[in-house]
Amino acid sequence: MKQYFALLSVIFLSSFSCAQPHPTKILAEDPEVVNFTSEVVIPGLNIPWGMAFLPDGSMLVTEKTGEFYHVINGEKHVIEGMPEIYVRGQGGLMDVKLHPKYEENGWIYLTYASPLGEGDGGNTAIMRAKLNGNTLIEKKVLYKASPNSTKGQHFGSRIEFDNDGYLYFSIGERGNRDVNPQDITRDCGKIYRLYDDGRIPEDNPFINVPNAKKAIYSYGHRNPQGLIKHPVTGKIWEHEHGPQGGDEINIIEKGKNYGWPVISYGINYDGTSFTDITEKEGMEQPFFYWTPSIAPSGMTFVTSNLYPDWKGNLLVGSLKFNYIERLVIENNQVVKREKLLEGIGRVRNVIQGPDGYIYAGIEGKGIIKIIPQK
Amino acid sequence: MKLVITAFLVIFILTITLIPQNDPLKESIVRGKEIYIDFCITCHLPSGLGTENTYPPLVNSDYLRNNREASIRGIKFGQEGEMTVNDMVYNNVMAPLGLSDAEVADVMNYITNSWGNSNNKMITPEEVSAIKK
Repeated sequence: MKQYFALLSVIFLSSFSCAQPHPTKILAEDPEVVNFTSEVVIPGLNIPWGMAFLPDGSMLVTEKTGEFYHVINGEKHVIEGMPEIYVRGQGGLMDVKLHPKYEENGWIYLTYASPLGEGDGGNTAIMRAKLNGNTLIEKKVLYKASPNSTKGQHFGSRIEFDNDGYLYFSIGERGNRDVNPQDITRDCGKIYRLYDDGRIPEDNPFINVPNAKKAIYSYGHRNPQGLIKHPVTGKIWEHEHGPQGGDEINIIEKGKNYGWPVISYGINYDGTSFTDITEKEGMEQPFFYWTPSIAPSGMTFVTSNLYPDWKGNLLVGSLKFNYIERLVIENNQVVKREKLLEGIGRVRNVIQGPDGYIYAGIEGKGIIKIIPQK
Repeated sequence: MKLVITAFLVIFILTITLIPQNDPLKESIVRGKEIYIDFCITCHLPSGLGTENTYPPLVNSDYLRNNREASIRGIKFGQEGEMTVNDMVYNNVMAPLGLSDAEVADVMNYITNSWGNSNNKMITPEEVSAIKK
């Protein structure tokens, strides 16, 4: 009888120990030398989801709960004339980005969860508008995903432009894993590409596919909350939240399928698995994956000369482990991971400002600036 | 044929009358579990244990047990700033979730009756509705 129990407990334990079958081989290390400090430059923000510098050095900041601030010399001014925002679960007011030629045309791009259209709930929308003083004008919704859903998850919402001026944005699969991400006739679980005025480019990959959503550029994504143009290649890099394990970095290619949820390096939150495979023909492998998950949000490449040790590195915010991750990339591979400012709080966003400094949005804290020590 | 119809009728009536009256607390807990999976599970985890120093536990939590109104308020309007749970201080932000009063009641009934927690005084949408920011 004793042996029987022993056997049972072995089976029981082993069924837990294989919970995360694909751990990331490179572990995140503490920095060997800490030659930088940080200071809070804009205090008093809860979830600073998106931020963008205006040419005069002032900053636009979004709060997930829907407030849009113009911050001048540390003082917050509320921007009026906002669209109706659906605040529920992970949705609300999300990213903000300036047009690459903002100084000529004044266009500002915003993503948010919107209740527009039919059905209960909301879905991700992207708007462009201009600022007149502290009021939004010339507002136009460029895209609104459908159908609406009362689910709380996975709105995506990062915005980026490439070198040719195309507008990219992400929409997560809205908690509808088995329906949305692999179906190009449906929104959600996709990266989209538009002209800067919202028109659909004639050479988008699914433009000739009947019933397809023509704005889709790539699909098979879960919840992408990081989108950044590579400073040298000009390609769009993306990261997305996996479930438990399997957060990914992907380099976005036209028309490609990134596999969610058919292939994944993650498992369900309750420890059960939803797929046995991590690769399949016709589906892209991630450039890098995190298991365990760091819960990535926001990312930037370091290109300025202010941080000589970090030049060319990728910085990614970690919501789960309260640090900024520095990824060193050599020969097209991540070779080192380092934890910057561990314990700072949930990192929602990280950008490099036009002044060359790194800024990060920290939940419950505000916007911080990383200052190198001479 | 008549016999078959009669038999069906008898079975039909028996089914209706013999199924016990549904328990509103149990039903609320079932709905609350769906809300939990949708909105709470990523931080508080399937186990309700949360993460030490970052996300407070719901399992055997003295805060949840002793602060019914404040717990409802936190779920209804969001929670920020310092709170002490089982002698550990947490200082984090839980954004407002955007749940309806009925959904707040359901998820409260779920978390106060799961993982060994027990609460037989059911939370109703009316109770949630009466709690102000």
